[in-house]
Amino acid sequence: MGEKRFLSGDEAVAEGVRLARPQVISAYPITPQTVVVERLSEMVERGDLVAKYLHVESEHSALAAAIGASSTGARTFTATSSQGLLYMAECLTYASGGRYPIVMMNANRATCLPWNIYGDQRDSLALLDHGWIQVYALDAQEALDLSIMAFRLAEDPAVMTPVMVNLDGFALTHTYETVDIPAQEQADRFLPPYTTSNKFDFEHPLNMGFTAGPAYNKYFKYREHQDLLAVPAVIDQVEREFAEVFGRQYPGVIETYRCADAELILITLGSIAGLARDVVDRLRAQGQRVGLLRIRYLRPMPADQIAEAVAGARAVAVLEKDVSFGAEGSVFTNVNSALQQAGITVPTCNFIGGLGGDDIKADDLATVFEELGRITEGEDVPAVSWIGIDGAWAETSPYAQEGDGAR
Amino acid sequence: MIEVLWHGRGGQGAFTGARLLGAAYCQREGHHALAFPTFGPERRGAPMRAFTKLSAEKIGDRSALETADIVVYLDDTLFSADACAAQLRDGGVAVVNSPRDFALPQVLSFDANGISGELLGRAIPNTALLGALVTLLADLSQGEAEQAIRALMPPRLHEKNIAVLEAALERFEPKARSAGAAGRFSAEKGGAR
Repeated sequence: MGEKRFLSGDEAVAEGVRLARPQVISAYPITPQTVVVERLSEMVERGDLVAKYLHVESEHSALAAAIGASSTGARTFTATSSQGLLYMAECLTYASGGRYPIVMMNANRATCLPWNIYGDQRDSLALLDHGWIQVYALDAQEALDLSIMAFRLAEDPAVMTPVMVNLDGFALTHTYETVDIPAQEQADRFLPPYTTSNKFDFEHPLNMGFTAGPAYNKYFKYREHQDLLAVPAVIDQVEREFAEVFGRQYPGVIETYRCADAELILITLGSIAGLARDVVDRLRAQGQRVGLLRIRYLRPMPADQIAEAVAGARAVAVLEKDVSFGAEGSVFTNVNSALQQAGITVPTCNFIGGLGGDDIKADDLATVFEELGRITEGEDVPAVSWIGIDGAWAETSPYAQEGDGAR
Repeated sequence: MIEVLWHGRGGQGAFTGARLLGAAYCQREGHHALAFPTFGPERRGAPMRAFTKLSAEKIGDRSALETADIVVYLDDTLFSADACAAQLRDGGVAVVNSPRDFALPQVLSFDANGISGELLGRAIPNTALLGALVTLLADLSQGEAEQAIRALMPPRLHEKNIAVLEAALERFEPKARSAGAAGRFSAEKGGAR
């Protein structure tokens, strides 16, 4: 059976990928992803993992080579972060449009300028529209488990879509905690070898990486869209089977915590949900009816699940480590659309925080719930607040006190 | 929850100390820990901090510490009485690697460099400081600290570091006892007694 070890999130991903037995790993190192590919290259060097490890000259090449490997029918892994992910962007749609079930770990990190190596989610959220399944881990254990489950999901014949497993930079990638590492025989039982007809094969030749003009392009894109919409049911099935083998049950595309009778609900994603859970408990102990909704999978968009979970709430906040400049947080836009389509008219507001590695504190989350409370009392709350800068934070913010002088 | 703030200089092993403590605490079923450094480009010799959070429940808060129950200094040039007082919570204790006595009731110093110099031939104070933490924490045993050393360090370093741990326990414990700090902290019981 498995063993417990004290690992960082990066190391946990490397262990999960090792257990998944990828045949090709193609990656270029970038902080805070580097440890993942260092550990994997060591495993390949020692013979603990039988795989071809490709040292490439850039992230663009890393994903291009992964696509090539996947098109020969090999189980393929890559990993990146931030500018590296943006550099890969051109290849992302080749992988998804070509239906190559590559698994990529992305260490969520700020995008420049200003240059910043710390955590936020602007990198992956900027690429929501590139056809990849996107999932966000809560802790190192979930990161390890997702690294195994992602291959099952990606390679499912009804899915055949690449998966991006996102870990918050540093808060997950570089934080050590106890992780249960499953045994290889468990992983083998859960994840059989990858077989596909979507590959170069002399016996069964087929056209790959082709052109589709105006007459046919739309059918490919429609199919891609329909297949992604059907993914949540596959996720449920994969998680049920994972629980049977590994004894850990995951909750599907979203996770709700104390939402059933909640008046005020905070929606967020990634590791900050751990702190939000503590804050929900603290406020519940004071008699406040608050709840937490953690988005695990953001593509496909869990629209129905979110709408159902917050249908009874009186105010909803979306907290995210990203902004679409000149608009609002992208998760907020997505959530609002889901609620509007479902005919749910609960008031919503958006909190932007944690950019460039800034810590979001328990008190900040308590303030978010206070703002939601004010909405229910008919007070005006900004649609979008920046934690530590404006809205409820304006009076204590150095930026507000000094204006542009704080720059 | 018990929270430990480590002050060190790049290359001294403060983060290794933070990880050793977290790994040691997690040896017991039902114990949880997080260990992480102040993140950033590492520079040898530059002041840095590391953090260990210990709890009998799963830990959700991954944010850095401004104050702590125990503040550890790997280097006495980083110690200042005022800054230390501002970082220590009520009932908290500072542990300073130093041959000096700071004559402050909440500051316990001992010569961790001396111990590691004798037994390892180099001034690497983190294992000795782990011994000090075993003394302060009621719900952490010497055996669990030894298991962490075996889990995190290469085999050739095991016996020497376990000897450092034992020596540190012997020398630090009388000081902690006379200050009433031995076994003062327990994450299971929710903090300092």
